Amino acid sequence: MVLNDSQMRQETAASDLAIELRGISKAFGPVQANKDISIRVRRGTIHGIVGENGAGKSTLMSILFGFYRADSGEIFINGKPTEIPDSESAIRAGIGMVFQHFKLVENFTVLENVILGAEDSGLLRPSLARARGLLKDLAREFELNVDPDALIEDLSVGHQQRVEILKALYREADILILDEPTGVLTPSEADHLFRILKGLKEQGKTIILITHKLREIMDVTDEVSVMRRGEMVATRVTAETSPTELAELMVGRKVLLRVEKPPAQPGAEVLRVESLRHVDSQGVERLRGISFGIRKGEILGIAGVSGNGQSELLEVLAGLREAEGKVLLDNEALPLSGAGCDGQARRARRIAHVPEDRQRRGLVMNFHAWENIALGYHHDPRYNPSPWRMNNAAILRDTTGKMEAFDVRPPDPQLKASGFSGGNQQKLVLAREIEYEPDLLLVGQPTRGVDIGAIEFIHQRLIRLRDAGAAVLLVSVELDEILALSDRIIVMFDGRIMGERMPDETNAQELGLMMAGMA
Amino acid sequence: MDIATIVQVLESTLRLATPLLFACLAGLISERAGIFDIGLEGKMLMAAFVSAAIAFVSGNVWIGASAAIFASVMLSLLHGVASITFRGNQLISGVAINFLAAGITVVVAQNWFRQGGRTPSLSGDARMQRIDLPFVDALRDVPVLGPVYTILSGHAPLVYVAFLCVPLTWYLLFRTRFGLRLRAVGENPAAVDTAGISVIGLRYGAVAICGVLCGLAGAYLATGLSAGFVKDMTAGRGFIALAAMIFAKWRPWHAMWAVLLFGLLEAVANRFQNIEILGIGIPVQAMQALPYILTVVILAGFVGKAIPPRAGGAPYVKEH
Repeated sequence: MVLNDSQMRQETAASDLAIELRGISKAFGPVQANKDISIRVRRGTIHGIVGENGAGKSTLMSILFGFYRADSGEIFINGKPTEIPDSESAIRAGIGMVFQHFKLVENFTVLENVILGAEDSGLLRPSLARARGLLKDLAREFELNVDPDALIEDLSVGHQQRVEILKALYREADILILDEPTGVLTPSEADHLFRILKGLKEQGKTIILITHKLREIMDVTDEVSVMRRGEMVATRVTAETSPTELAELMVGRKVLLRVEKPPAQPGAEVLRVESLRHVDSQGVERLRGISFGIRKGEILGIAGVSGNGQSELLEVLAGLREAEGKVLLDNEALPLSGAGCDGQARRARRIAHVPEDRQRRGLVMNFHAWENIALGYHHDPRYNPSPWRMNNAAILRDTTGKMEAFDVRPPDPQLKASGFSGGNQQKLVLAREIEYEPDLLLVGQPTRGVDIGAIEFIHQRLIRLRDAGAAVLLVSVELDEILALSDRIIVMFDGRIMGERMPDETNAQELGLMMAGMA
Repeated sequence: MDIATIVQVLESTLRLATPLLFACLAGLISERAGIFDIGLEGKMLMAAFVSAAIAFVSGNVWIGASAAIFASVMLSLLHGVASITFRGNQLISGVAINFLAAGITVVVAQNWFRQGGRTPSLSGDARMQRIDLPFVDALRDVPVLGPVYTILSGHAPLVYVAFLCVPLTWYLLFRTRFGLRLRAVGENPAAVDTAGISVIGLRYGAVAICGVLCGLAGAYLATGLSAGFVKDMTAGRGFIALAAMIFAKWRPWHAMWAVLLFGLLEAVANRFQNIEILGIGIPVQAMQALPYILTVVILAGFVGKAIPPRAGGAPYVKEH
């Protein structure tokens, strides 16, 4: 058979592709999660997929990994049409997936997890021996070192993720999909991961990186596809695009990656912290003598790699942990232990707290939005006309107003907290705390796992609160966020303050060094 | 207390521990795969009745035992359909099976045999015959070895099968592919699912093995330990087996020692019906209550922290 020119070109082009999806659609009931999606991923590249939460990235990857079957459309792997009805076929087609929430057996060893489902024979011994050898090779080749006999539950999150990658490589995956891999990693762990990914790429592996962090996309990908509301809106060569363009494509409108911020007008000092010490329940000293102050109308950012005492600082100030030292609010001492050291007492002193882990500490996921809005403020006389009756109608009315003010979507006070996206859950918590007009807002990781559009909104609200004269203590592991919002920056390392910088007189490199304890 | 009494008590310990051991291993395999099974009692009871009834009718104890296994596996699969396929509550399904068995056995027994809900006494080939180990007579008078060998000799074949099941279960769980997957599905079914293995298939497999072992437990109870079925003859052994399993922290060898402890208590209670300690007579009921008291103590958590398989009791719902 003689092929004409254009057919030839198509053939070669097709064989260059590790994955090609044509016209994939998938609906869950009335919700169209994926609409006619086509994407081409070239072999030996790192291909980013960005999009807001709910844009359909995870659904698309689940189809590729055989978790869901597409309603229509075709999948081509290495140019060959491939049916993927289940994960087993996906694995056989050379696809490996690293889920956002790891699929590891916590009390199994690394080796056992690696061979699970890919054992060579009925007896384990030969498989374990082979896996041990292979792990040693991979560790050398790709900086993928993990102790093969360690239990998963004893490993750090970064190491657990390496086990997931090793699992895929043990199954001889040529195509590796990573779903939001850096959400749980420290910056240095993330850097390590990217080095691993680049090494794998050099070996000819194809990597699909799903993320909503544009900086990662710009740093490591070769090409990037943008999804919005179930549709594939664009594919760009990374070198030829910019974060601003990608953000616009993701949200469908212009987005301010760096919020506009008028200069701060700091007033009198609201909070003074003097040599604060805290020892946690394990006997580890988490705060080793912290002193600083915050003034009215300023945002004080606390930067640091997670686990260096910032969380504990936040919780001590919020009354959730006991500590030693001195904390003055408006020149009046705050009790740091015993009676008067609890969330309720802090709220009475007009301190509001947006916890780092909104799902565990900020909300009751099984409660309706309106019930969550009342939490912590349920003693409010407006909600309690008599000691025997709560005025649910008043809470509902209040919730509707707050949801509107904070653009919580869907604006349904009867929806359970678990029914909202991460960004909207966070807006609920912020609405609850900010609408009470606190003098001091303690806020931890305000935009963790939040869409780009919602990040912009949350940042604007924090600045507006500052401009209204409140003090904001911001703890975040996202350096970009610290730099964008703070009027002053404190860097914490190992329970101590490494130093203080003004945002316009420093940069990410300097702060990064301080966060690593070197400066 | 003379040697003969000790030998007698220990022999009886082995026999009494046998149904517990089968049931305990049954529960262990099921729970290791993430399926709680408080229906061990019901399956054992059903198997006891079926084995006695069929052995009586056919005159062959092994036909009875096979029928018992079949009946017990059927109940297991019922539990599987309720809790794996339809994702029902495993405790409720187990309770239902216990009630079902307690009712059906008596009603059917009464209808078939008209002896007040029991089966006729079994004898001859309808009962499990004891087998003597070789040279038992020759070795009887050798010091130490003799009594030990006598204790081990002269039991029904299922006693040996039960104790053989301990290393087999251990090997299956910790040295084979099936065991690795089975344990994984009890700890984190999502890990098994994403590895491309069927969670449902594995769990049905575990539940079926549990059924076979409960069948053997019941068959031994009715045709080995006793000579026929009587109403409620399991007398809570299924629950004692569960306690032993928790005591053993879901480990086969530990399970064997745990059921031996229970067996010993039961044997002591049977042998010493009336004893006096410091001049105070201990009523026989107090002695008989010993295994149950130990059960309560174990379940109340006085024996250290027992961590069950993490996905235990939860039906697997696929999510991504």
